[in-house]
Amino acid sequence: MNLFEAHNVVKKYANHLALDNVSINVPKGSIFGLLGPNGAGKTTLIRIINQITAPDSGDIFFNGEKLKSHHVEQIGYLPEERGLYKKMKVGEQALYLAQLKGLSKKDALKKLKYWFEKFEIQAWWDKKVEELSKGMQQKVQFIVTILHEPKLLIFDEPFSGFDPINTNLLKQEILYLREQGATIIFSTHNMSSVEEVCDNIALINKSKKILDGSVHDIRNQFKGNTLEIQFKGKPNLLEATLTPDYEIVENNFANDITNIKIKLLREIKTNNLISHVLPFGEIISFREMLPSMNDIFIRAVEETNEIDNKKQIL
Amino acid sequence: MSKITLIIKREYLTRVKKKSFIIMTIIGPILMAALMIVPAWVSQLEDQDNKTIAIIDQTKAVSLAIENTQYLKFERLENKSLDDVKKDFKTSGYYAVLFIPENITSAPSGVQLFSNKQPNLGVKMHISNALEKELESEKLKASGIDENILKAVKTNVNISTFKWTDEGVEEESSTELTMAVGFIAGFMIYLFIFLYGAQVMRGVIEEKTSRIVEVIISSVRPFQLMMGKIVGVAMVGLTQFLLWIILTFVIVTVVQTVFFDINPANIQQEVVAQDLFTGSSSQLSEIQPVMDENASEIQGMLSTLKNIDFAVMIGMFLFYFLGGYLLYSSLFAAIGGAVDNEADTQQFMLPISAPLIVAFIVGQNVVNNPDGAVSFWFSIIPFTSPVVMMIRIPFGVPFWEIALSAVLLVLTFIGTTWLAGKIYRTGILMYGKKITYKELWKWLRYSS
Repeated sequence: MNLFEAHNVVKKYANHLALDNVSINVPKGSIFGLLGPNGAGKTTLIRIINQITAPDSGDIFFNGEKLKSHHVEQIGYLPEERGLYKKMKVGEQALYLAQLKGLSKKDALKKLKYWFEKFEIQAWWDKKVEELSKGMQQKVQFIVTILHEPKLLIFDEPFSGFDPINTNLLKQEILYLREQGATIIFSTHNMSSVEEVCDNIALINKSKKILDGSVHDIRNQFKGNTLEIQFKGKPNLLEATLTPDYEIVENNFANDITNIKIKLLREIKTNNLISHVLPFGEIISFREMLPSMNDIFIRAVEETNEIDNKKQIL
Repeated sequence: MSKITLIIKREYLTRVKKKSFIIMTIIGPILMAALMIVPAWVSQLEDQDNKTIAIIDQTKAVSLAIENTQYLKFERLENKSLDDVKKDFKTSGYYAVLFIPENITSAPSGVQLFSNKQPNLGVKMHISNALEKELESEKLKASGIDENILKAVKTNVNISTFKWTDEGVEEESSTELTMAVGFIAGFMIYLFIFLYGAQVMRGVIEEKTSRIVEVIISSVRPFQLMMGKIVGVAMVGLTQFLLWIILTFVIVTVVQTVFFDINPANIQQEVVAQDLFTGSSSQLSEIQPVMDENASEIQGMLSTLKNIDFAVMIGMFLFYFLGGYLLYSSLFAAIGGAVDNEADTQQFMLPISAPLIVAFIVGQNVVNNPDGAVSFWFSIIPFTSPVVMMIRIPFGVPFWEIALSAVLLVLTFIGTTWLAGKIYRTGILMYGKKITYKELWKWLRYSS
């Protein structure tokens, strides 16, 4: 069951196409990574989900219904460029923003109390926002975003501006929110965090979706049939015996240990490779190399750019 | 609570709680009250020290015209010379020495007043008035004109103005007061539109630069945010206006009763008494022309005040204030949405300020000719009507003109709000772009 679906969304601005026929499906209770280079159209898509702008064509569904204005109360949005009223007091402001999301004052107070205690920031309640550091402000904003327990959370670069400890705290909270049943759309350039937390992704480049699916499937799809073997012993002997079915991508020898990356050039059982290696030394580790999301991102984007360039030349 | 009410509440409360608002609210009436009270106070300031002034009068006669007052005594020193008195001045205890030369009739500027401090103006005026009167009458006598004839010749023309109402009732009116009431009302509208329109603009810029706007419009529609801000600020303006009126009234009343011991009720009684007095015996008023003049003037003003329908004035003021404010503040909001910081507002401010300033300049002519073609057209055109019509209203404006101008104003502010909403909606999410009129025109054509 998908909590959110966008079908063939098109959005045009005066002189450029921001979204070209983009469709995404966000399964309920999952973390969905919305990836893409700067200016690809991610923010436009997020604004469409938040009903800040409307698409020129295409259909959008929230929880099985067509997206309507009352759905904003079930969406929490943390924009990349954060901001709060600088002259307003933290508590007052959190209360105001929560009420704008449809919470009653009483509920909002109760929930704020819970979260302020959890993050140990009760002392900030009567401080003006401008008295807080940037990281502190981000914490407040995070609380405000999730306070009304939205079904769908949209985080745009949530970790920017946080130190590693707070990044970790935030990551835990995000994973916890998913456990509680929230669905999360997560837009970031930080690919390692995508590997860690995302279940599914969509990659947008130049207003088109160029890749989507589960993180696991995509990494398998991009894997180059490469294996990494570590063994005690010298690599040169192995090199000579390998049949033309294999290609050595990388070969390191240090501290009496060989670390070798081998690409399989055709369908071969990995056991065959192990049997090749066995005589040359004691195998320490043997694993299939999955490409990092970072590599996938770069490869996918560069491929489409090349295709585009060729088209332009033709 | 609906979302727009929440926004209005926030906009209102944050502004009303600001120190600058509180200070302005208190200082405004104090200044206004001071403007009314200080002149009255100064005129009441009377010298209460007993002063004795020595007179050396070489004519021996002219100085008799100078009368003693409660605090001012005059001593004629018959046998002393000016130098003697000057020599003993410190020990004599005189406040000053007045010297009147023998040839005063031909050379009136030969009168001299000596003192070891600057003699105050009251003393000087008292002496010169007395001497002038005396010398004048002496000159009249010398040329053979009877003083009584001269008094009888003196005429003072005081025109009472009357206004016919449609029912044919004549109402006494005071042109000066009508002008003042209209002009003050028009000026207030002009001032408030600028003051609070700019507040709306700054508020929008603040939201944009602090980037909170994106969070808010993911909860409410941009138009709600804009209208909430506009309405909230309007209420701040009305609050301030109301507080000013109340505080000014309170301060003036308190100061008057405490320091001058003038009870407003007493004034009214006096006026009523004068009313009866002048009304009952017309021959008396001939005998006391001066008193009658004052009385009829005050009476004229009072009856003008009575005849200006304040319920209508206040109603009209509120209407034109809100109408004009809504028209302009939506444009101010659009500017705020379009630019990145206050410095960039300049190029867009001019076309918006210009009609308002024109209205104010035209308004100054309208008080002289409230029914001319210029007055008519500028009070119909919505961009100038809030100021100009307000000035015209106390003079009496046909109902259809007010209706036409009101309808046009309402239609126009709906139009500008709609246009402004479009610019605002696009602008608040646009950063780092140089905004031109061409760009704004594009935004107007975006669907949503």
